[in-house]
Amino acid sequence: MKLKLITAAAATLMAAAPAMAELVFPSLSYRTGPYAANGIPFADGYADYFTLLNERDGGIGGEPIRMVECETGYNTEKGVECYEATKGEGSLVYQPLSTGITYQLIPKVTADGIPMHSMGYGRTSAKNGEVFRNIFNYPANYWDGASHAVTHILNENDGDISDKTIALVYHNSAYGKEPIRTLEELSKKHGYDLTLLPVDHPGQEQKSQWLQIRREKPDYVVMWGWGVMNQVAIQEAVNIRYPMENFIGIWWSGSENDVKPAGAGAHGYKALTFHNFGTDYPLYDDLQEYVIDAGKAAGAGDQVGTVLYNRGMYAAMLAAEAAKTAQEIHGTSAITSEMMRDGMEALEMTEEKMAELGLPNFGPEFTVTCENHGGNGYGAVAQWDAEAGEWNMITDYFQSDQEVLAPLIEADSMAYAEENDIEPGCD
Amino acid sequence: MFYREAGDFKTSYKDDNQTFPIKFDRYRYYAVLLFGFAVVPFLIDDYWVNAIFMPFLIYAIAAIGLNILVGYCGQVSLGTGGFMAVGAYAVYKLMTAFPDVNIFFHVIIAGAITAIVGLLFGLPSLRIKGFYLAVATLAAQFFLVWLFNRVPWFYNYSASGQISAPERTVFGVPVTGAETSAWATYLFCLVFVFLSAIVARNLTRGSVGRKWMAIRDMDIAAEIIGVNPLKAKLSAFAISSFFIGISGALFFAVYLGAVEVGEAFGINKSFLVLFMVIIGGLGSIFGSFAGAAFLVLLPVLLKNTLVGGLGWPTDLAAHLEFMIVGGLIITFLVAEPHGLAQLWRVAKQKLRLWPFPH
Repeated sequence: MKLKLITAAAATLMAAAPAMAELVFPSLSYRTGPYAANGIPFADGYADYFTLLNERDGGIGGEPIRMVECETGYNTEKGVECYEATKGEGSLVYQPLSTGITYQLIPKVTADGIPMHSMGYGRTSAKNGEVFRNIFNYPANYWDGASHAVTHILNENDGDISDKTIALVYHNSAYGKEPIRTLEELSKKHGYDLTLLPVDHPGQEQKSQWLQIRREKPDYVVMWGWGVMNQVAIQEAVNIRYPMENFIGIWWSGSENDVKPAGAGAHGYKALTFHNFGTDYPLYDDLQEYVIDAGKAAGAGDQVGTVLYNRGMYAAMLAAEAAKTAQEIHGTSAITSEMMRDGMEALEMTEEKMAELGLPNFGPEFTVTCENHGGNGYGAVAQWDAEAGEWNMITDYFQSDQEVLAPLIEADSMAYAEENDIEPGCD
Repeated sequence: MFYREAGDFKTSYKDDNQTFPIKFDRYRYYAVLLFGFAVVPFLIDDYWVNAIFMPFLIYAIAAIGLNILVGYCGQVSLGTGGFMAVGAYAVYKLMTAFPDVNIFFHVIIAGAITAIVGLLFGLPSLRIKGFYLAVATLAAQFFLVWLFNRVPWFYNYSASGQISAPERTVFGVPVTGAETSAWATYLFCLVFVFLSAIVARNLTRGSVGRKWMAIRDMDIAAEIIGVNPLKAKLSAFAISSFFIGISGALFFAVYLGAVEVGEAFGINKSFLVLFMVIIGGLGSIFGSFAGAAFLVLLPVLLKNTLVGGLGWPTDLAAHLEFMIVGGLIITFLVAEPHGLAQLWRVAKQKLRLWPFPH
């Protein structure tokens, strides 16, 4: 009886009919839970960009945008619930900001014909668009990141690292395990020694890993962390006086949240990135005028300009550009999720386009095709300046080692295709 | 008035001992079954199945399993998440190793494998009791999660350590993988829930269940009257793990489709199922359902009310949800320390005398 009452009550609440002629962008965010500190700025940036488009341009191509936010708490079960709750509303693209939820949703979105964009996370081999028709991970993925880190180390050592040791400190989950295979392949090519140091969720306890680093003194430490794990790792590195300029984090380990708790000790810590920092862009003037001053900023409004806020905004910008491309291809402003997929597959980000949007030099140029859903694999290295309290890019965008990565992606995606009876190809 | 024994004549011991001796109860039970099997599958869509029914049904099996161990046999266990993981990884290995065997049997074999693992981790219960046993089962939780994370054979050497369920069918209808339809997965889980509840109910009121309860109430007295503690405790561990293994297998293969052991089967899962059992009522099959319903449905209902209905910010709603669910748990347990099942029992007692209580 109780169940019936509850479900009946829920039924009346769920019956809100989807309004038509809107572009629906669901935001599976996490503003609570152990990863909230990182989830909030991303969600704010994502929401504010769409608010800006609504306020300034009246949406995309004349169609207003409706953003549906759903709290996942970085929990896969809630992620599934959020997906099922929002997919019926005409959702155009999913960006769950969680590798676990991405894995969960890959078969579901494919069956439902909705594209998913896992920007810099998720399943790396989704780059092979012939197998993963609905999954996109441009502009860069984890294996690109691993290669960027190694290339950066190579450049610092004049191209020879055969006598060096690299330790990988990683979140012991699907996310953290992603770069291992790439780093192993690269170690065969370049001859460095690789040490693997897993850290269990949520990552507050890392004493033993850093003790090992202190003992073995690896020349470089590469980190795949998220949430509180980053802060603890950087603090531990400071405690053992590990040289910060030899400590490189993936882009998810490179926000203000991660370095600030360690204070001045974190000066010189490096992180990879696939977009630029700060608020020194013309777009921010519009953002200030239409969103922030108008009191329409998402959340508390205190995250504007942080690294993850910029990344959320970048994700929204890429989604909006893909929607524009889809509108051009199909000649209609009211696009569906299938059209959105076509738009994402034909997305081309050039410097002129970004400058026009008010974000000159913000991200790398890339082109998406059916064969390549992952962009061109450009990334850069940034360094934390503790005195100024800001991240600075210390390299230009450079490409990852496609020679090593391409066969890995081919092998992994074909294994997936075989397991799931997918006929690869672009029709 | 309508809810009473009077006029419902029993002519055999079998009738007298049935699960629902009162006619009204019996018909209500048949009505619920009919509704569940013949009406709900026509009404539900993906949201209802994936957000409401499937987690409810699967957690109900886990709660029944844990209730046998904690509620009937009195052995506190914090290893539920680990045992669910055993079920999930067993079914994954079976699905990928023997793709031609029907998934239905894979789930049952996964339960059997979990039963063996449960038996092993139940051995310390012969020496230690109470909180000490809880700590020993906690070790099982951490060991099993570590094992599935550490040994690549369990996840077929995939790069990320994730396991994902390939498509499998029952009578030609897919129940796992991406192309499933809502009614198929729902019915598949419902069949398992139905069978589990019947088996558990009949075990607990037979000689096996009486032995468990004797051990729970006072193990020395039970031993004196001839209950073998070794058999009773280990059978409770094995049977409890069997059900938990089935729920873990369904949780992975049918519900989520892809899991990562630390995230899906962590210590939180053990606590969640234990809370279901405690809130629902220790030593009651109905309590397992009530507890699972309470902890699965209430958060979804609150979320839909606060975010969907009132339009509040998602983070505020998520935080309030914790407070409301937590507050309700305390309120319920203060009002009725024996859980929702006891409330149900009291209501039935009152109803029997209604409308003339004196």
